[in-house]
Amino acid sequence: MAIDATAEAEKAAGMPQLDFSTWPNQIFWLLVTLVVIYLVLSRVALPRIGAVLADRKSTITNDLAAAEELKQKAVAAERAYNEALANARTEAAKIVAQAKAEIQKDLDAATAKADAEIAARAAESEKSIAEIRDGAAAAVAEVARDVAGALVATLGGGADAKTVTAAVTARLKG
Amino acid sequence: MAIDGEKAAGGLKIEPMEQFTIKPLFGDGPIEWYTPTNATLWMGVAVLAVTAILVLSTRRRAIVPSRGQSVAEMLYGFIHKMVEEVAGHEGLRFFPYIMTLFMFVLLSNLLGMIPTSFSTTSQIAVTGTLALMVFLTVTLVGFWRKGIGFLSMFWVASAPLALRPILAVIELISYFVRPLSHSIRLGGNLMAGHAVIKVFAGFAGVMGVASVVPIASITAIFGLELLVSAVQAYVFTILTCVYLRDAVGDAHH
Amino acid sequence: MDAAAAAEFALMGKYIGAGLATIGLGGAGIGVGHIAGNFLSGALRNPSAAPGQMANLFVGIAFAEALGIFSFLIALLLMFAV
Repeated sequence: MAIDATAEAEKAAGMPQLDFSTWPNQIFWLLVTLVVIYLVLSRVALPRIGAVLADRKSTITNDLAAAEELKQKAVAAERAYNEALANARTEAAKIVAQAKAEIQKDLDAATAKADAEIAARAAESEKSIAEIRDGAAAAVAEVARDVAGALVATLGGGADAKTVTAAVTARLKG
Repeated sequence: MAIDGEKAAGGLKIEPMEQFTIKPLFGDGPIEWYTPTNATLWMGVAVLAVTAILVLSTRRRAIVPSRGQSVAEMLYGFIHKMVEEVAGHEGLRFFPYIMTLFMFVLLSNLLGMIPTSFSTTSQIAVTGTLALMVFLTVTLVGFWRKGIGFLSMFWVASAPLALRPILAVIELISYFVRPLSHSIRLGGNLMAGHAVIKVFAGFAGVMGVASVVPIASITAIFGLELLVSAVQAYVFTILTCVYLRDAVGDAHH
Repeated sequence: MDAAAAAEFALMGKYIGAGLATIGLGGAGIGVGHIAGNFLSGALRNPSAAPGQMANLFVGIAFAEALGIFSFLIALLLMFAV
């Protein structure tokens, strides 16, 4: 036979899984391990994780509901704002139109009054201008007469006042 | 076992199965049923890891979770949804039980990926016990909730009458093969991954400069094995849910 | 045939059997690839329905893979336990 000492020693290492003498040991420790893990999981870990997950789910649901509510509020507020804005706009337009009409009326009245006053002043001015012109013409005739009389007298002529007046008047008309 | 497969001769000496040996933690005595072994140590580490992930990280119970609490909540939500969708609403009563199985398998798989650690889920004794627990739970709960009507799942009412006995035998056999495939799938996957890495590590030891090739392979396989660890934990759990549906759900889903 | 030759012969048969058993893993590979490929083609046709079928995908892959793992187990048993 070809069996030597080393081969004999290695025999145990053939396939250790099939070394049945270690099976009770492995099975015993496996059962202990599983029981410990089961107790840890079922008593501590799984309820805790389940509670955390449920907690988070409810928190998220609540937050979502709150967010939805806030969103509704924001939409309502925006609508109210727009409404108020539109109202204010129409109100402002109305006031502007009213003010415009009032101003126009005042303006028209003032214009009419001013026109009348201007017309009156113009007429008055014309009259006084005419008076002044007449006055001036008379004064000119007087001065001409006086000058003519004085001239004649100076030149040695003896003209009477009547003749001088007639001559000046004729000259002025000419 | 007449002659051992491994050859002492030659430079290449790979012991891919040696890593699965159960050793006593203290001393060198015989392994009694209560002896603390390396398997015990890594099961204990798995318990601590589960506690750290699911209990310590959630101790603040924050509404806005921290990173650790997010992981715990994600695992919780993942398994909760799986149980509800696959096993039905009634199955939620077994949620702590299924969560226990999932966390243990997942953490054992991942802890087993740490170099020089011990992978408890690569032991047929462990996976077989887990699968038998599921099998017994499903069978007992099925009979308890449905009475003798639980047997109707073997009697395929939609098949022609002549075929029904044959189908019943097939269904019965597949029902009893469940714990076997359930356990071998998990244990075999883990064992295969670890053995392959060990074989490549053995190559790396004797190839000199060229050992960058096996080392790169080990890196790639390690990534794949991380994926396998998570997927196998998922598959183990979802199959538990599928089996549980037979016991608690309607016969026709 | 003496005892040593018989033992060598048994050893040879053991290794050949283990090698043959690993062929079964190829079948599991075909099965898993078939499931994943069909899932992908279905998911590309109707991507919205794909996430809901992820659980079925993994269960199907697990069932197909289990048979491959059985043959791997048989190979291991032949190598180390027979």
